Amino acid sequence: MTTTSEVVRPLDAASDVPPVKRPRKSKHRASWEEPATPVGLFFKGVALTIVAGAVLIPLYSIILTSISSKTTISEAGGMVFVPGEITFEAYSQLISGGVVGRAALVSVGITVVGTLISTIVSAMAAYGLSRPNTLWHRPILFIFLITMFFGAGLIPTYLWISNLGLINSYWALILPGAVSAFNVLIMRNFFMGIDAGITEAARIDGASDYRILGQIVMPISRAVTAVIALFYGVGYWNAFFNAVLYIRDTEKWPLQMVLRSYVLQGQPIPGSAGTSVDAATGDIASLAVKMAVMVLALIPVVIVYPFVQRNFTKGVIFGAIKG
Amino acid sequence: MSLGTAAREADPAPAATPGGAGVTPAPPAVRRISLLTRFKRDKSMLIMTLPAVLLLVVFAYIPMAGNIIAWQRFSPYTGFLHSPWVGWDNFARVFSNPDFINAVQNTLTITVFQLVFYFPVPIVLALLLNSVLSPRLKTSIQAIVYLPHFFSWVLVITIFQQMFGGAGLISQVLRAAGREPLAIMTDPSTFLLLITSQSIWKDAGWGIIIFLAALSTVDPAQYEAAAVDGAGRWRRMWHITLPAMRPVVILLLILRLGDSLSVGFEQLYLQRDAIGAATTEVIDTYVYFQGVQYGDWGFAAAAGLMKGVVSLALVLGANKLAHVFGEAGVYKRS
Repeated sequence: MTTTSEVVRPLDAASDVPPVKRPRKSKHRASWEEPATPVGLFFKGVALTIVAGAVLIPLYSIILTSISSKTTISEAGGMVFVPGEITFEAYSQLISGGVVGRAALVSVGITVVGTLISTIVSAMAAYGLSRPNTLWHRPILFIFLITMFFGAGLIPTYLWISNLGLINSYWALILPGAVSAFNVLIMRNFFMGIDAGITEAARIDGASDYRILGQIVMPISRAVTAVIALFYGVGYWNAFFNAVLYIRDTEKWPLQMVLRSYVLQGQPIPGSAGTSVDAATGDIASLAVKMAVMVLALIPVVIVYPFVQRNFTKGVIFGAIKG
Repeated sequence: MSLGTAAREADPAPAATPGGAGVTPAPPAVRRISLLTRFKRDKSMLIMTLPAVLLLVVFAYIPMAGNIIAWQRFSPYTGFLHSPWVGWDNFARVFSNPDFINAVQNTLTITVFQLVFYFPVPIVLALLLNSVLSPRLKTSIQAIVYLPHFFSWVLVITIFQQMFGGAGLISQVLRAAGREPLAIMTDPSTFLLLITSQSIWKDAGWGIIIFLAALSTVDPAQYEAAAVDGAGRWRRMWHITLPAMRPVVILLLILRLGDSLSVGFEQLYLQRDAIGAATTEVIDTYVYFQGVQYGDWGFAAAAGLMKGVVSLALVLGANKLAHVFGEAGVYKRS
């Protein structure tokens, strides 16, 4: 096996030493590393294919079914795996209003408002705790730490929130989980790593702590803030059980509740075609709509994810672990 | 103001001694500055923590105090302060209740099962991914497996239903081939396997990221030196890679131990109807149904409180154990 590099090599250099027969090397393989064995490569490839396929195949089939026509779905006998006739009917039906559209709006609203509140409140708290010599630093830190190790429990929390009159209020989906001590500590850890000289110089120039946070610390900490906002945002978007507890009014349901009752439990979607759905056989007419609801539930996550994944550096993770 | 600035400058720069918060040589400085001066100096810092502290007080600490109803025959009409006190009655009822005992048993079974069959999965996958040389392939696979971590449980279970349910993709194929459709989504006897594979599908990627982050701190020179000394790839893994993962493994084990009484509340709640209450009942769902559904508030609060206290003891105990064995654990002693 002659590789191109051996061809390029001047002939006189290789004349007395017979060319060493080398196995093909990856450009990422260090010189001291053993060459890959075919068996090893084979098993590695199979394992990685299975791992990636386990995630991608269900998503592929769900998305494909949601954009398949009724005939394609009935030919497939349910979930579609081989692309047939493509139509966006299911989505136009969802967008045209009704329960699902409203629930999606509710979820978007809660996610946006909740993420803003949580991220701002957490960033401020993290900054307020980022200088260990400030007044009452340790007691305040403890207020946060304790909540990580001991939770109040479901029953007293539920009773207290009903007592506050938050049943059927969207605030019940936002405020109880608005501050996660864990996220505050991740940010605090990051803020403490910022060169004190920068903030000190600003302070000497007369900047208030609010300005230092807003104009110096936050811009530096864009990556960690993005990750924390993602954590909070995903939490709000995915919140399901809080809605079970606190939202009785079906008109106020967020998307996850709709997903559960109309897709998982197979109850008929009011105002959609094919209202009698048999959970066991799966009404073919509405299967595309159901899959479209699922896609709706995963779209925001899939869209935001790549932007934040870049920021998911080991620094952020290690901040989390050390915290 | 100028005094405050001077005092701050006199203080040793906090960034110079990271993690040395517990050993600040502050006492003389503190004595020199009065509380009022310090308050004025740090007022804006305190104000900034205030919203978060208020939220925690209202939504975490007041409910904690609300656990007093575990000693009451609570009724929402008489409220926290005026319900009759019943001593340890609720706790006695919890302990003698066979359904609660069943829920504890189910919880522990699930925890142990997942510890054996779920916990090692991300470690193995991280080792596998770590051996992939092409950075592009590595990050793409990482991004793919990490994605389901951000899906809700409702979505994950619906996805499983569409794949493995009686009307799902695999049952379709089986039916077309003249076989019986799958029943695993409703079968109590394979339930442990089902919820463990759901957990793996959803969260193994998260574990992989953490372990890979731990592995990225290993100095490649260590591998090279070992290779030069004649260590093969398996011995390098055994002597370099695995020890590098050990602190993270121990950390996650501690966290898991502290969480061993809370297993997948939403996951089990969502599949209760399909699989049956007897198998899926765990402490959390038991507390929910006894309290919110059947209105036995004091009893449910007592059961929940005991769970909270035992969990706290577990995490503190595990952390202590980690310290004894010379590991860092969750938090450092200070």
